[in-house]
Amino acid sequence: MTELTSLTLAGVRDGLAKGDFTSVELTEAYLAAMEAHKDLNAYIVTCPEVALERAKASDARRAKGEAKGPMDGAPVAIKDLFCTEGVQTTAASKILEGFKPQYESTVSAKLKDGGAVMLGKTNLDEFAMGSANITSAYGNVISPWTAEDDAAALVPGGSSGGSAAAVSARLAVAATGTDTGGSIRQPAAFTGIVGLKPTYGRCSRWGIVAFASSLDQAGPMTRTVEDAAIMLGQMAGFDAKDSTSANVPLPDFTKALTGDIRGLKVGIPKEYRPDGLNSEIAALWDQGISWLKDAGATVVEVSLPHTDKALATYYIIAPAEASSNLARYDGVRYGLRTGADGSLDEMYMKTRAQGFGKEVKRRILIGTYVLSAGYYDAYYLKAQKVRALIAQDFREAFKTVDVLLTPTAPSDPFPIEGGAKVDPITMYLNDVFTVPASLAGLPGLSLPGGLSQRGLPLGLQLIGRPFDEETVLRTAQVMEKAAGFAAVPTLLRGGK
Amino acid sequence: MSYLIQGETGQWEVVIGLEVHAQVISNAKLFSGASTTFGADPNAQVAFLDCGMPGMLPVINAECIRQAVKTGLGLNAKINRRSVFDRKNYFYADLPLGYQISQFAHPIVGEGTIILDLKDGTSREVGIERLHLEIDAGKSLHDQHPTKSFIDLNRAGVALMEIVSKPDMRSPEEAGAYLKKLRAILRYLGTCDGNMEEGSMRADVNVSVRHPGEPLRTRCEIKNVNSVRFVMQAVEIEAMRHIEVYEAGGIIEQETRLFDSNKGETRPMRSKEFAHDYRYFPDPDLLPLEFSEEFVAEIQAGLPELPDAKKARFIGDYGLSPYDAGVLVAEKETAAYFEAAVEGHDAKAVANWVMGDLFAALNRTGKAITESPVAPENIGKLVDLIKDGTISGRIAKDVFEIMVETGGEPAKIVEEKGLKQVTDTGAIEKVVDEVIAANPEKAAEVKGGKEKLLGWFVGQAMKASQGKANPAILNEMIKKKLLG
Repeated sequence: MTELTSLTLAGVRDGLAKGDFTSVELTEAYLAAMEAHKDLNAYIVTCPEVALERAKASDARRAKGEAKGPMDGAPVAIKDLFCTEGVQTTAASKILEGFKPQYESTVSAKLKDGGAVMLGKTNLDEFAMGSANITSAYGNVISPWTAEDDAAALVPGGSSGGSAAAVSARLAVAATGTDTGGSIRQPAAFTGIVGLKPTYGRCSRWGIVAFASSLDQAGPMTRTVEDAAIMLGQMAGFDAKDSTSANVPLPDFTKALTGDIRGLKVGIPKEYRPDGLNSEIAALWDQGISWLKDAGATVVEVSLPHTDKALATYYIIAPAEASSNLARYDGVRYGLRTGADGSLDEMYMKTRAQGFGKEVKRRILIGTYVLSAGYYDAYYLKAQKVRALIAQDFREAFKTVDVLLTPTAPSDPFPIEGGAKVDPITMYLNDVFTVPASLAGLPGLSLPGGLSQRGLPLGLQLIGRPFDEETVLRTAQVMEKAAGFAAVPTLLRGGK
Repeated sequence: MSYLIQGETGQWEVVIGLEVHAQVISNAKLFSGASTTFGADPNAQVAFLDCGMPGMLPVINAECIRQAVKTGLGLNAKINRRSVFDRKNYFYADLPLGYQISQFAHPIVGEGTIILDLKDGTSREVGIERLHLEIDAGKSLHDQHPTKSFIDLNRAGVALMEIVSKPDMRSPEEAGAYLKKLRAILRYLGTCDGNMEEGSMRADVNVSVRHPGEPLRTRCEIKNVNSVRFVMQAVEIEAMRHIEVYEAGGIIEQETRLFDSNKGETRPMRSKEFAHDYRYFPDPDLLPLEFSEEFVAEIQAGLPELPDAKKARFIGDYGLSPYDAGVLVAEKETAAYFEAAVEGHDAKAVANWVMGDLFAALNRTGKAITESPVAPENIGKLVDLIKDGTISGRIAKDVFEIMVETGGEPAKIVEEKGLKQVTDTGAIEKVVDEVIAANPEKAAEVKGGKEKLLGWFVGQAMKASQGKANPAILNEMIKKKLLG
């Protein structure tokens, strides 16, 4: 059984095609693993009935020779930010407890239509606001990794921490994530998996609980680069229901994985190497550069001069949009309602005071403040201008290079205990390398590059031109091969 | 004709600007596919977006864009080929998203003009500041349950055009004329049905006063006034309030007020402490709205003839007075009726019949002109019967009443009722002789020089002929008989 769950998505695809096993067998293996590692709290809800039903249907299709796509029969996890018809969708918030949508998000519908089996809904930071998965109303997610010298439970990163932990701990062959400022890439780095945030507009946002509409983007979280290419193909595509969805051709991303990056120009943004950069991270980055050179790429230094403004810009724009996006959770139509015996205003106050957690409230307050009369120009408007400059920096850089290489996160994973005590600003610094690409709407991929001295995964990030996920994936796969990352989470090593 | 209010401190001028919310005629809402039909069961026309379900996204309805552009062109306004949708944030139970999608800094339509037709036959131009698109909120029903409020979201998300005038009006009459003219233009264009009773057109009225020549003083906004008459009343009442406050040494604070038509007063809606900060910002779910020159040109080419052009044509082609033409074009349906009636007939006479007897009859029976029992071509025929001498103008009135009752054709009515005018001089002479013979003293008085009595004889003879005698022949005959 454990063998089945250690297969990659490509392995699953091939095994199912060859008839080595059935989707039901695979699904049962995953359901058993999920049950065995419940304590990671990776899932908010599991849906074994739905999963087995879809697995049976998949096997039946295959038996008739009508298998759909590369993911038909593959058991996946869906971040609990995607609305799933008839299956509770909470955004890890108390305010949506018990909410069962009557509709299926475009991305999860595409996966479903492609035959993928939904195992359950994965945990996340509340409304995807966080970098450690410690703001969920349904409890922290525990990373399947622990340090060699310290048994303390570690964060899986966030906000897609449940998806990251599930894929890493073999509780799903792949999972959907969403990324607003790094929420796919940073947890991927922390759990030793691949996470791809596509270009803004590549995947439809329809049916995804909104955090910051101009930044939110869905993407795959997988164990290999090839898997990410396969899954992205099943998630992406123009959707008329999302006005910001891009009507661009959808390539076969797996075809981009040629293994050949000779002549490729890779940029190293000098502003990403500040004084005091963690030496392990710096060393891994240098290692990555030499892998690329060895593979025949040219590596040059580039400048993204407004990088140091990105985090502040992000923490104005994202909360501003969130403060408005979260206004609909008011207790009137669905979800939590308290204080209904008082006035309308009292009901709003009690519902929102009880329904939202601390971090969500903090961001609503920040967002409300920066949009307020008298502050709008100084904060929101200025942030939009800086955002345009940041995008311009990337455009300039991409005139001379094809892809950028940076670290994904500024450190290796930290303990849950410590994370809870950390002040918000320090926590926000986790996104320092991922936020700029988010603001510019560019595709970014994190792949595992190696282990820290404490034996914990470290990630490298590749950033590409708009809608050039192909170059990002091709480069990533070459690096993946060079890195030869074979470490499995501590949890799965036995004896620990 | 200036409208000035005499106060204790001198004369006061009223300054008025109107913000009109006009519901766009479209099958679906502005950003969702839900139907907009009026009168459906509560919450029967609500898409997931309209009730603010998580993850739902707005997609612009192109038909609403066309309607807004069409309206802008009808108001001779600048069409902005790039506009932006913003979020106007506030909490209310009938606002499911927690914000209204509207246009703040960059509206779809810029400055334009409306020409007012005033009662004294003069015209006056009022500037349009802007027109923008936004979504309507739902409806809160507070009278359905002792302790609960009910919410109906059928209206939530329906497209509205907010049409903002410049503060160019100076009297209640002008405010009323503006609203009527705007409604006429919208109806001609088919972009809003202008039905104020159903709420598809509502006005916010901005009023301030000043001594002539002064800069503008503080204005108050009277919200959601829902008839032309109420707008005129509200202006008058609010202006008087301002004057009284100023003349008592007080100051007017800028605020939002409600008009109570029963009490004939306006009162504050909410105090300043609760003034909203709407935190407008561009809606990140929607890209800026952009369209081509050709898109606008295509709409321009399809524009119908509008009231001003039609009025000019009625004056030019039919020789009507500006006032008559103005009355006839005020409603698209009236103009259409007139045009159907006038073809091949005397225009002035047809206009008089339409504006006089027909309007009176419709008023009396409470019918719209589109439901008129008198077919327009029958008005023309009636006019012809008078002109060719078949009936007299007096008889025509009777014929018209029968037309109203039966919907009949005038020639047939005249035939059936035997109302044809008598032009047979022999028959008339007979009647005249009889009347003279029956009144020998009066006849002698006329002959003795009391010519005023001629008219009395005409009346008697006409009566004797049951009104059918041709009045000209009758007149001539009596003169000849009595005066030689």
